[in-house]
Order: sequence, then C-alpha cells, then structure tokens
Amino acid sequence: MEMLTLQNISIVTAFLLMLIGLYGALTTKNILRIIIAFDIFDGGLNLFLVALSYMNNRVAPIIDSTTGTEKLSSKFVDPIPQALVLTSIVIGVGVTAVMLTYAYKMYKYKNTLNINEYKDARW
Amino acid sequence: MFKKLFVIAIVAGFAVLLWSYLRHYTERTTLNDLSTYYVDNTAQEIGAANVVTAIVVTYRGFDTLGEVTILFVAASLIAMFLKSMGTEKSRNPRPASLILVTAQKLLFPLILIFGVYIFINGHLTPGGGFQGGSVIATGFLLWLMANPDGHAPKGLLNTIESISGFGYVAAGLFGLALGLGFLDNRFLGLGTLGHLFSAGVIPIIYSFIGLKVGAELSNVLHHLNEIQNEE
Repeated sequence: MEMLTLQNISIVTAFLLMLIGLYGALTTKNILRIIIAFDIFDGGLNLFLVALSYMNNRVAPIIDSTTGTEKLSSKFVDPIPQALVLTSIVIGVGVTAVMLTYAYKMYKYKNTLNINEYKDARW
Repeated sequence: MFKKLFVIAIVAGFAVLLWSYLRHYTERTTLNDLSTYYVDNTAQEIGAANVVTAIVVTYRGFDTLGEVTILFVAASLIAMFLKSMGTEKSRNPRPASLILVTAQKLLFPLILIFGVYIFINGHLTPGGGFQGGSVIATGFLLWLMANPDGHAPKGLLNTIESISGFGYVAAGLFGLALGLGFLDNRFLGLGTLGHLFSAGVIPIIYSFIGLKVGAELSNVLHHLNEIQNEE
C-alpha cells in the first residue's frame, strides 16, 4: 500500500482528530472545553467519511459540459457519503448549540464551568 | 491516577480499533451498486446536475425532512431554555468599532445575496439550502457584532421559518397528491439539464430549506446574544 496518497493522509488525519477529541472530552474538566472536544471528534468523523468517498482520477459528482452524461459511474466519486456528511454537519451544529445552551444554564445555577462541581448530575 | 490510566486505556483501545481498520484499508476503485444507480440515473430521473443534491432532496428527501426537523427541535429547545427571565439589566456594551460598523453596512446585503445565490443554485453547483442558510446566518452574526444592542426582527424570522417549513412539507404532499410520491420532484417538469429552472421542484424545496435554516440559525444566534443581557 502506498503510504502518501491524498486519501491515506486524510484518513490518518481524521483518526488523529477523533483520538484528540476523545482524549479531550475524557480528561478536561471545563464543560466548554468538553464541547469543543466533541466538535473536534465530529470534524474527524466527517473528514473520515468524505475521505472514504474519494477515488483517484475522479471528479466531484456534478454533471457539466466536461463530464457529459455518458458512463458517469466511472467518472464520479461516491456521492452518498457526501450527502450523509451534509446531514451530519447540520446535526452537529444543532447539537453543539444545544450543548452550549445547557452549559450556560449549568453555569447560571452553579456559577462554575467545572464539571466536578455538578454533583447532582452524577450517578 | 487510576482514572488517568483508565482514560488512556480507552483512548488506546479506540486507537487500536482505528489502526486495525487502517491496516487493512484498500482504496476502492468502483462505486457500489446504490451509488452507481444514483449517478447513472440522476440526469434522466431527477434532472439535477448536482448528484449530491438529487440524493439529499429527492432520493433521500424523507431523511432531509427529518434533518430539518432536528434542527427545528434544537432551535426550539434553545429558545425555550434561553427565554429571558425578566431580570434584564441594561448592559451598555462598548460600541463596535467604526471599521466593523462601516464594513457591516457594506457586507451584510452582499452576504445575504451570496447565501441566496448558493441555495438557488443548489441543484447546479456545489451548495444548497443548508450551506446557503448557514451563509445567511453568518451575515446575521456580523450584524449582531456590529449592533450588540440591536433587536433582531424576531417576528419576521419566525414567520419566514414557519412559512418555509410549511412550504417544504406542502411541496412534498403536492407530489403525493398527484400520484407520484412524497417529495417527488417531477410534477413541475424537469426542464433542461443544467439550467436554473430545471430539476422540477428541487430549487423551490432547497430555497425553502435555505430560508428555514437561515432563519433558525439567526434565531439561535440572537438568543445566544441576548443572554449577555441577563444578570
């Protein structure tokens, strides 16, 4: 396997981002940093899915005068992961906004962002 | 100490999982059956030049309706949680700098037009309703930064959001009523591939989605800005 292709670099980067995000979410105590760590994980996941859809010597799945309308399945990269990532990004934005709202509410009641102080949210 | 080891063990385990995937990874050279179907039949069946748009809006249109619903639920949750508690104090924020205010006056309409361009051409170029809506929301964010005390036209935003959400579902139901299927785009005629008025009802649905996403995200930004006025 050739190591330095565009796809390999993207996938390794995506995996590293996911690991950084997971580590950050598990170790930090500040709830805002945990949210940022989740977003880094999210970004890694999206990058991984898009990298999976990439194939060498193929173009983005948009029909125009240079691609024609014949034999498109041998010219285009996979459109399905791209459509799924579009969904995933939008939902990521919604989830991040809701998490930030919860963080604000927690800060208001406890006057701290440290999750160790949120004793009643523990099990 | 023990907890730290536990965390490192979890991350290392996850890393091993990912590594075992990467080790056996081989690049694909052909599309799978479903992608082949989508790519080969989009031009005839949907008439949209952008295959991703055809998948998002028509082939998996129901999925996108769910996605829009999730965004709507998130925006409603935020509006519910961040409703001002009546203990507003006047914040007297530092006024924004002259550069920001002047640039905002120039850029705000341009950003809005760019967002509209992105979602109207969603079936021809990379872009679409969600992207265009996000661009519109960034224009709104610029406006909020230049007018930290400004009051957004909440009623207008809510009206746009309701009308476009209703229009999206109505366009879907219209296809069903004509016997084609929910969210089928063909009842308007497909037009010529690559023209602005093509791909049936896709540009209309994507415009609704763009307006809805733009209004929703602007509302969220407005709510997040407003909490700074609370005690």
